[in-house]
Amino acid sequence: MTTEAKKDAPLGRVIVITSGKGGVGKTTSSAAISAGLAKQGFKTVVIDFDVGLRNLDMIMGCERRVVFDFINVIQGDAKLKQALIKDKRLETLFILPTSQTRDKDALTKEGVEQILAELKAEFDYIVCDSPAGIERGAQMAMYYADEAVVVTNPEVSSVRDSDRVLGLLSSQTKRAETEGAEPIKAQVLLTRYDQARVDSGEMMTVEDVLEILAVPLLGVIPESKAILKASNVGTPVVLDEPSAASRAYEDAVSRLTGTQVEMRIQGERRPGLFQRLFKRAS
Amino acid sequence: MNLFSFVRKPRPTQTAQTAKDRLQILLAHERSSGTAEADYLPMLQRDIIAAIRKYVPIGEQDVDVRMERGDQMSSLEINIELHGAAPPRKPV
Ligand SMILES: Nc1ncnc2c1ncn2[C@@H]1O[C@H](COP(=O)(O)OP(=O)(O)OP(=O)(O)O)[C@@H](O)[C@H]1O
Ligand SMILES: [Mg+2]
Repeated sequence: MTTEAKKDAPLGRVIVITSGKGGVGKTTSSAAISAGLAKQGFKTVVIDFDVGLRNLDMIMGCERRVVFDFINVIQGDAKLKQALIKDKRLETLFILPTSQTRDKDALTKEGVEQILAELKAEFDYIVCDSPAGIERGAQMAMYYADEAVVVTNPEVSSVRDSDRVLGLLSSQTKRAETEGAEPIKAQVLLTRYDQARVDSGEMMTVEDVLEILAVPLLGVIPESKAILKASNVGTPVVLDEPSAASRAYEDAVSRLTGTQVEMRIQGERRPGLFQRLFKRAS
Repeated sequence: MNLFSFVRKPRPTQTAQTAKDRLQILLAHERSSGTAEADYLPMLQRDIIAAIRKYVPIGEQDVDVRMERGDQMSSLEINIELHGAAPPRKPV
């Protein structure tokens, strides 16, 4: 409470992390992106929209501190301020967990709109972790978004679902329905990218995916062991020890905030020649 | 004592154990309370507000309930801002 000088009005930008397909890395990315934004000094809140399957709290490492949730606030059982969990590592980072006991029907457009309006008055970035699918939960998560990060794996069903989601973003959202509004700024975040498998022709390249989806690229996150490790300990990967994945997320975050960063595709550090020879011998 | 422990290579970072510990604590809480826990906290908060209001005027925003679930024990921290209890001050 000492140096909290009142600065300019918050940016109040709503970013949805979505994908259609399940298990492609939305929650991992929501955690990494929100922590990355907060690390850069932006006041950021990350909301779990996956009602009934709470998981963001575990990835953020605050699962033992959940008291009230998103649905409690929508239903008037708690004030927003009481449901927000302050991150223990970053002053500027907050988590709004979801309910473990209700289902997606508890989400109402009015409820979501009101909470987002309150958050926009206080936060620079509001990151919405969407559930998989294209049903109610996913639609609620994207409806009020200003920007979308479409998490995609270089794999046929994921790319196809991303295309579906891009269609929804440009038709079933507030911005799409509002005459004269600027459309949602959608970008692809390619995750679980494996350069070795791309080189051997097993996996689609970045160019292949972009050619099909025809939207700008936010970043390429390599398949990385650092992700599992970070989730084990409940630390967003950008707050853990530096890794190829954390650097790739940091670059993506910089691009989100409008900084030009050269696109570099890093893999997990390749074993050196000596190690490879040693491995073969053993 | 694990018979096979000598076979295992020491891992550089044993984060799997951390994952298991975190899950065990969390799931123990979730299983024991089921849906009950989710519902008692809002009710508890309402009752606390009602009780305090018998003596001092407070708003709903003035109550802050924090929880830290532990292995052996959990702690519930309830902070109540009492505006009227502060030394007399000019209202803002
Ligand atoms: N770059 C990566 N490298 C390795 N593993 C990853 C990577 N990104 C995500 N994963 C792993 O993929 C799995 C799914 O990730 P995550 O939970 O973030 O996906 P999701 O899209 O949120 O899933 P859901 O649709 O169920 O909400 C997790 O086990 C996670 O650790
Ligand atoms: Mg998820």
